[in-house]
Amino acid sequence: MNKQLMYGTHALAEAAIQAGCTCYFGYPITPQNELPEYMAQRLTEIPGGVFIQAESELAAINMVLGASAAGARALTSSSSPGISLKQEGISFMAGMELPAVIANIMRGGPGLGNIAPSQADYFQATRGGGHGDYRIIVLAPGSVQEIADLTFRAFDLADTYRIPVMILGDGMLGQLMEPVIIPKPRQEPLPEKDYIVSGAQGRQPRVIKSLILDTREMEEHNWKLFRKYQLIQQRETRWESYLTDDAELIVIAYGTAARIAKGAIKRLRKDDPNMKIGLLRPITLWPFPTKAIKESLSTASDYFVFEMSAGQMVDDVLLSLEGKGRVHFYGRPGGIVPTPAELARSIARRYYQMKRTRKR
Amino acid sequence: MLIKTIFSGFGGQGVLSVGQTLARAAMLENKFVTYLPSYGAEVRGGTANCTVTISDEEIASPIASEPEFVVALNQPSFFRFQSLLPSGGMLLYNASLVSAESIRGDIETVGIPITDLAAELGNLKVANMVMLGAFIRISNLIVFDRMIKHLPDILGTGKAPLLKLNREALQRGYDYAKDIRR
Amino acid sequence: MKRIYVRPQTLRPVPMHYCPGCGHSIIHRLIAEVLDEMKLREKAICVPPAGCAVLAYNYLDIDMVEAPHGRATAVATGIKRVRPANLVFSYQGDGDLAAIGTAEALHAANRGEQITVIFVNNAVYGMTGGQMAPTTLLGQKTTTSPFGRNVKTEGPPIKVCELLAGLGSSAYLERVAVNSPANVKKAKSAIAKAFTYQLRKAGFTLVEILSPCPTNWKMDPVAACRWIDEEMMTVFPLGVIKDLPC
Repeated sequence: MNKQLMYGTHALAEAAIQAGCTCYFGYPITPQNELPEYMAQRLTEIPGGVFIQAESELAAINMVLGASAAGARALTSSSSPGISLKQEGISFMAGMELPAVIANIMRGGPGLGNIAPSQADYFQATRGGGHGDYRIIVLAPGSVQEIADLTFRAFDLADTYRIPVMILGDGMLGQLMEPVIIPKPRQEPLPEKDYIVSGAQGRQPRVIKSLILDTREMEEHNWKLFRKYQLIQQRETRWESYLTDDAELIVIAYGTAARIAKGAIKRLRKDDPNMKIGLLRPITLWPFPTKAIKESLSTASDYFVFEMSAGQMVDDVLLSLEGKGRVHFYGRPGGIVPTPAELARSIARRYYQMKRTRKR
Repeated sequence: MLIKTIFSGFGGQGVLSVGQTLARAAMLENKFVTYLPSYGAEVRGGTANCTVTISDEEIASPIASEPEFVVALNQPSFFRFQSLLPSGGMLLYNASLVSAESIRGDIETVGIPITDLAAELGNLKVANMVMLGAFIRISNLIVFDRMIKHLPDILGTGKAPLLKLNREALQRGYDYAKDIRR
Repeated sequence: MKRIYVRPQTLRPVPMHYCPGCGHSIIHRLIAEVLDEMKLREKAICVPPAGCAVLAYNYLDIDMVEAPHGRATAVATGIKRVRPANLVFSYQGDGDLAAIGTAEALHAANRGEQITVIFVNNAVYGMTGGQMAPTTLLGQKTTTSPFGRNVKTEGPPIKVCELLAGLGSSAYLERVAVNSPANVKKAKSAIAKAFTYQLRKAGFTLVEILSPCPTNWKMDPVAACRWIDEEMMTVFPLGVIKDLPC
C-alpha cells in the first residue's frame, strides 16, 4: 500500500483489518471516536465483518470475549474511563486464555478527568488492570506508523500466546495525522485454534471458562499463566535505543513522551556535541525492558524518566536498576504535553549537575 | 527546517481541510509532516483550528508551541492565536472578515481578502483554498507547481468534481500574494 | 419391555450439585431433551451464567463459553455474530439477567440478536445465599430484605417478559414454570419453539421459567411448587407474552 496521511485512530483500525480482524465492538468516548466511526464503515466491506456499537464498554468487551471464543480476531477500543469498565472482561479473557486486542487512547484522569493526551494509565495497563494474578502484553507506539505496525503485530501476539494485548496510545497519537504505510494484508491463513467453540460436531464438547473451584487446579492454572508470562518476557520484550552507546545520562520515556524526549536530546547534542545523553524507549511496557536498562549501567550513571503522569513507569525503572544509578523524574500530568525545549532545559540541568558531582 | 503553522477560523470555513491539504502536499514532497486538529469540547461552539508541522527530519512534537505562522480566517481567531506567535512570526488573516489591527508590534501581519476573492470565483467555500495559495507563496514551504500537479491525489476522489474550482482558488491566492515576501 | 425413560444423550451421566427440589436440574434436562429431539447437540453453544447454574457445563454435553456475571447476552452476541449458523443460547438467573445484566439483555433484545435466553426466575439469589433479587415478590423475606420486600424502598418485582415485549426486535417471549408435570411439558415446548424461531432468524427469543428454590425459600419442595402457583404466578402470569409469527 502507498504512503497515506492518516489519523492514528484510522491507522490502528486499518492495520487491524489487514491483520485479519473481522470484529469490532465499542462504545463512544473522546478522544478515540474516529476509530469506531472508521470501523462502522470499513467492516461492511469485509466478508463476515461485524461492527456493533455496544450499549456500554462492559458489553463491548464481552462481545469481544464471545467473538474471540468463536474463533474471530476481535478488536475493541476506548479511552481511560472506558478502559476501567473493560477490566472485567480483560480479566476473564486472561483467565480463559482468549486472545483479543484492546486499544486505550489515554486521556487525563482520575475520574472523568479531561480529554487531553495523558499517560496516566500505565499502572493499570502493565499490572494486568483487573482482578486476579495476570498480565497482558502492552505495546506503546510513538507515531502513527508505529501504531499501524504494532497493531498488526498485536493480533499475532494475542493468538500466539492466547492473551489480551493492549495498544497504549494517548489522545495526541489518536488525533494526530502522519504519513503511514499500512502493513500488507496477511497472506498466510490464521493460526489453527483447537480451543474455540463452533458446535461439538464430531468432537468432544469444549468449555471455555475461568472458574476453577479446586484450589490445587487453580494454583496450577496460575503457575501455567506465570510460565507463559515468563516466556513472553524472554521472547517479546522490545525497546528502542537512541544514542545510548556512550550515554552517561539516559532518558527513559515511551509513546508521545519519548518523541518529545528524542527531540530534546537531538537539540542538546546539536548544541553541545560532547553531551553524552541518549534515549531508551520501551516499546513493550509489559514485558518491560528491564535487562536493557540494567545493562545500560555499563556507561550510564544517571537516568531521567519522563512521563506525562505524576510518575508510574519510574517505579519499573527503579526496580530494573536494583538500587544502582541515580534516577530523576520529570512529569507533566493532567494532559500537558511539554515542548522539546522545556524538556531539554530540564535534562540539561540534571546532566550538568551529574557532571559536577562526577568531577568531585 | 521545522515550520509550524496554525490554521484557525469558524467551523465550516474549511480550516481543517486546508490544513490537511497542506499536510498531504508536503507528504508527497517526502517531507516529514504532522497534522493535529483541536478536538472534543474545544471545537464545540463554532471555532476550529489545526496545526501543521513540516520538517526535513523526524518531528518531535506536533503541538504548536511556537508557530512560525498563524493563519486566521475570522476575527475571533485573529485575536486568539496572534498571541501564540513568537517575535518575528507572521500572521496571515482574512482581510474580508477581520476589521481590527494587531496590537503586537513584533510580528508581521498580512491581510488577504479571501472571502472577496472567492466571491469573484463564484463560490465562497473556496476562500480557504485562496488562503492556502497565498500561504504557499509567502511561506515557500512546498513547491506550488508540484502541488497543483498532484492536486487530484491530494484532494482525493471525493472532491474530484471540485478540482477545477480548487485549482483556480489556489492560483488566485498564489497570484495575489506575488508581491508579499517574508 | 417398552422403554419409557432414558437419559438424553446431551445430559452427561453425572450426579448434579443442585439442592433437592431445585428447578435447575429439570430445566437442564428439558434443554437436553430438546437438543436431542431437534438434533441440535452438535450445533449448540451455551453461555452459562455466574450463579447456581455456573456449572452447567458439567451437565450439558455441548460447547460452552462462560460469561462474567450479567454479560451472557453480550458474550452470546459476539459468538452468534461470528457463527450465525450455530444455535446460541444463554442460561441466566434473575439476578444475572434482570439486575447486573439488564442493559445487556435489553439491548440484545432490541438489536434483535438471533439468540435465545433461558431465563430462570426463582425470585431470589441462590448461589450467594438467598439475597433479594429483582424478581423477589413484595413482602417476600430474603436475607437482605429481612422484613419483606418493600415497594417504597425496593420497588416492585421486575417483569422481564413484559419489559422486553415493548422492544421492536424481540420475537418470542413466553413465561412458563416447572412446578408441575403439565407445566414442565409446556416449558419444554416453549424451549423448542424458541430454538426453532432462532434457527428461522426470527429475532430475539426468551423463555422465562418460574423455578422453585426450596433451600432459599425455606420450604420443602412440595410447598415450593405450591408457592409458585399461589404467589409467583399472581405477579408473573404464565403464557405467551409476545409471538411474532415467522
